[in-house]
Amino acid sequence: MTTVEQPPIGFGRMHRKEDARFVRGRGTYVDDVNLPGMLHGAVLRSPFAHARIVSIDTAAAQAHPRVKAVITGQTLDGLKLAWMPTLSQDTQAVLATDKVRFQGQEVAFVVAEDRYAARDALELIDVEYEPLPAVVDARRALDPGAPVIRDDKDGQTDNHIFDWGAGDEAATDAVFASAEVVVAQDVLYPRVHPAPLETCGAVADFDAVTGKLTMWCNTQAPHAHRTVYALVAGLPEHKIRVISPDVGGGFGNKVPIYPGYVCAVVGSIVTGKPVKWMEDRSENLMSTGFARDFHMRGEVAATRDGKIRALRVKVIADHGAFNGTAQPTKFPAGFFHVFTGSYDMEAAHCAVTGVYTNKAPGGVAYACSFRITEAAYLVERMVDVLAYELEMDPAELRMKNLLRPEQFPYPSPTGWEYDSGDYPRALQLALDMAGYAELRAEQAARPPGGPLMGIGISFFTEAVGAGPRKHMDILGLGMADGAELRVHPTGKAVLRISVQSQGQGHETTYAQIVAEELGIPPDDVEVVHGDTDQTPFGLGTYGSRSTPVSGAATAVVARKVRERARQVASAMLEVDPGDLEWEKGRWYVRGDQSQGRTIQEIALASHSSLELPEGVEGHLDATTVYNPPNLTFPFGAYVCVVDVDPGTGQVKVRRFVAVDDCGVRINPMIVEGQVHGGLADGIGMALMELIAFDEDGNCLGASFMDYLLPTAMECPSWELGETVTPSPHHPIGAKGVGESATVGSPAAVVNAVLDALKPYGVRHADMPLTPAHVWRAIQGRPIRTDLAIT
Amino acid sequence: MGPMQVPAHFEYERATSVDHALALLAKWGSEARVVAGGHSLIPMMKLRLARPEALVDINDLEELAYVRLDGDVLAVGAMTRHADLLASPLVGEHYPIFHDAERVIADPVVRNRGTVGGSLCQADPSEDLSAAFAAVDAAAVVRGPDGVRRVPVREFHTGPYETVVAPGELLVEVVVPVRPGGGSAYEKVERRVGDWAVAAAGAAVWLAGDTIADAGIGLTAVGAAHFHAPAAEEFLRGSAATDSVLVEAGRIAAERCEPVADQRGPADYKKHLAGELTVRALRRAVARARGVA
Ligand SMILES: Cc1cc2nc3c(=O)[nH]c(=O)nc-3n(C[C@H](O)[C@H](O)[C@H](O)COP(=O)(O)OP(=O)(O)OC[C@H]3O[C@@H](n4cnc5c(N)ncnc54)[C@H](O)[C@@H]3O)c2cc1C
Repeated sequence: MTTVEQPPIGFGRMHRKEDARFVRGRGTYVDDVNLPGMLHGAVLRSPFAHARIVSIDTAAAQAHPRVKAVITGQTLDGLKLAWMPTLSQDTQAVLATDKVRFQGQEVAFVVAEDRYAARDALELIDVEYEPLPAVVDARRALDPGAPVIRDDKDGQTDNHIFDWGAGDEAATDAVFASAEVVVAQDVLYPRVHPAPLETCGAVADFDAVTGKLTMWCNTQAPHAHRTVYALVAGLPEHKIRVISPDVGGGFGNKVPIYPGYVCAVVGSIVTGKPVKWMEDRSENLMSTGFARDFHMRGEVAATRDGKIRALRVKVIADHGAFNGTAQPTKFPAGFFHVFTGSYDMEAAHCAVTGVYTNKAPGGVAYACSFRITEAAYLVERMVDVLAYELEMDPAELRMKNLLRPEQFPYPSPTGWEYDSGDYPRALQLALDMAGYAELRAEQAARPPGGPLMGIGISFFTEAVGAGPRKHMDILGLGMADGAELRVHPTGKAVLRISVQSQGQGHETTYAQIVAEELGIPPDDVEVVHGDTDQTPFGLGTYGSRSTPVSGAATAVVARKVRERARQVASAMLEVDPGDLEWEKGRWYVRGDQSQGRTIQEIALASHSSLELPEGVEGHLDATTVYNPPNLTFPFGAYVCVVDVDPGTGQVKVRRFVAVDDCGVRINPMIVEGQVHGGLADGIGMALMELIAFDEDGNCLGASFMDYLLPTAMECPSWELGETVTPSPHHPIGAKGVGESATVGSPAAVVNAVLDALKPYGVRHADMPLTPAHVWRAIQGRPIRTDLAIT
Repeated sequence: MGPMQVPAHFEYERATSVDHALALLAKWGSEARVVAGGHSLIPMMKLRLARPEALVDINDLEELAYVRLDGDVLAVGAMTRHADLLASPLVGEHYPIFHDAERVIADPVVRNRGTVGGSLCQADPSEDLSAAFAAVDAAAVVRGPDGVRRVPVREFHTGPYETVVAPGELLVEVVVPVRPGGGSAYEKVERRVGDWAVAAAGAAVWLAGDTIADAGIGLTAVGAAHFHAPAAEEFLRGSAATDSVLVEAGRIAAERCEPVADQRGPADYKKHLAGELTVRALRRAVARARGVA
């Protein structure tokens, strides 16, 4: 499809405004920030997954001629900063004092004149460790006698973090007891990493004279970071400015506060100079927020003719050494309890147990909408496992069980209210686009023993746009977002928003929302974001929440401006405001279209000497805070076709059809871009991305040689389709889409591979389906992918 | 710049000729390393797994960048880039195995810089060209302070990351005899484009009618000594070029491999691939020798 040259006044395809600087290499990322006198920090990390720290000798590092400071846990302890709170009300070591609890954990921080000297000085620090046995297998973390990782916590005598459940357990068990068919399957969603191409980093600049801390940091949530720094470091919040400049990918990885940030702040306070800290690639992969690591056992109850009656899931969630997952407080397993997916059933229940292991902390959204990726994967795998057992076509089984349009708004068995949807229409469209019947015919014609082909389907429902503040907060901060819109005298506008783009194109789409509501060109709207001194409070961009929350705030604030413009226009036209009608860009007198004023004329008048009626303030500027009434529920139907070489286990994705319904599309080109990226992500997770650990707790995915990201060569030419079912409660009917494809696509790829392996009697194998694993699955000896291959 | 890993301190010198390079190596002694494309050495330096005191840069040595036919010998200069080997019609005509291999070595960016000499000298057990040169029974030409010596590639590697090239010496050329009636091919399994081999096999055959007059087999990343499968070659020599013979050769090749498990795959799988890929490479080599592929 072509992109029109003339930007639309409102919704539609247009080039991204931000790309002009990105394609010219003129973006400004954290590492581009260079301040006079700036110093460079580097982190010394633990080589052990679990060890007691006997001693740390920093004398030789201190003596290095270009080193300005060496900070250890002991230094921080004196400042009460050795530990910090995590986003899940746990504590995390900033620099280890007593023990190290995962390989790559932060042990000391060196500040030097350049990054080479900082890195050299790390080698001069002498740490004596006493290695301890490591807890690597999440399924054994609660075994009696397992080493206790968090002995720093009062009363902690095992590796248990939480038990949490949703749904009606008794009702679910009752359905299972009377079911004609029950199928159970262990399903692992292994640990993967968001792996943004720009790693995490910060420049901390503490001004001892003004007492102001300026923190350039590539965070997805600048306002939340500011508040947490205030709470943790005791700095007054109005003296903290967080600036998140251009961000080179986030995917949830840049939500948490990392020890390196805190160390950079302390380094700046101690040296009196700005301090830059940028992770290298291995540090990013080894120590920052991972995703998934869900060990699930699913059970589905059904009738013999394929009506799903209930779903039951037990989960062990590996949270690593510190419980640092990012999700609303009430939901320690995120939104996993949307695991009934897109299907109508009588009852459902899930029970999730969180455990500590000697692995990096995190468990953030990796484009997962708070663990909906795991949920969607589980249910879509279970449906295929049921189809396998019933010898039913997986498309037919899905059609039979999908929610029907008349069931919306749909109260789910685990407490959600799905806002809108027409599921059978989306699935039918995807099947038609794929030519499903012909594909099945091609498959049936394959001679046994030769090259295999497989067709995989997934249907997903997401719950995004956290969220209603009475249910959702992070560290006590409600998940509502502000927006502020100023209209200058010449009719140009500045929109200030709380969310922070990491590539989603906010500078374009939010300008388009203002354009749609006010009828001014999107190029006349400057979108300001990422600077806490310049923007209203809000919780940031992750979990596909920006358009559902901030997009709504933008529409609402633009409508406020429009209403203010009506008052001014009524003074200009000397008619009652109630006699004015709006058309895009202009108020006019009802019944006389020629009598009107454009928004630009009104903007100028609002700043002029025009006499305004009593109570009308002048200027058009407005602010708002948007507290979403519900989440939005985007959905989609995906069909993947793969070719598999049984002699080598190699998988080639031949085709991928994706039908997405994210409600109203503000900029279809950007939506498609988000979908493309998510589909590539899905291929990555299904086929290659993995962080496994060996028995000593060594991270086996610590470089891009080991942690494989998909390339264009692994991706087919995407075939996209759409249906549009507006959200009834969102001001412009939009739903989030940033993570839809990441959530929906892994199951389609895995289902396709397993569909191909059906002739070999393979019902299930865990991700990633590398050539080795596919071959072993064919041999009937699948690999336990979260552990080292031996 | 963000994700930059930084190397330890080192000195740097740029050689202007082979003689100059040898002089610089002599000057810096055993702690000096040659840098060619740098695609293996520099990552190791950034991870501080390698810490040479000095780098002798040989990228200006155009005299070592060539692919040519010297009589009935295909000669490849050590500074020939992967991309140039891939683009060479001469190579495609005589030894398509190198085009097969080059197509699956790394990615175009790496292939633009990485060199034939660097590949052989790196001696990574997963290096594709080592097996390809072993399959065609090439010889390495090494120059040192005491002159030039020739070493068969099948004796060039003395262990993982170790070769016969001594400190102060330079690999200058690799030579392969060109014989009529031949066909060659390379087969590789990788987890993803640009990844190192899970396993790979190269094969060269020379036919006399329907009989295999001579054969060479090279194996990558499967624990085959010297990247080489002599027993399978021995079995093939003088056998009929039938599919069951090729399958048996694959079985023999696999039997003698001792692969180690890693995240690319378990040992049983790699052993299986050693056989499977040998057979596939042999089939394609035979077809090419017959002019039907
Ligand atoms: C991302 C990536 C993927 C890769 N994938 C593959 C792959 O799939 N298959 C594969 O085979 N390779 C792969 N490689 C390696 C690539 O082929 C390298 O280019 C090659 O291994 C080394 O060549 P170089 O010229 O870069 O050598 P350098 O890195 O410059 O040198 C390597 C070693 O050889 C020595 N050396 C170099 N030239 C000479 C000489 N003339 N005489 C004596 N010593 C010398 C150096 O001192 C050094 O010890 C990959 C590399 C990267 C970065």
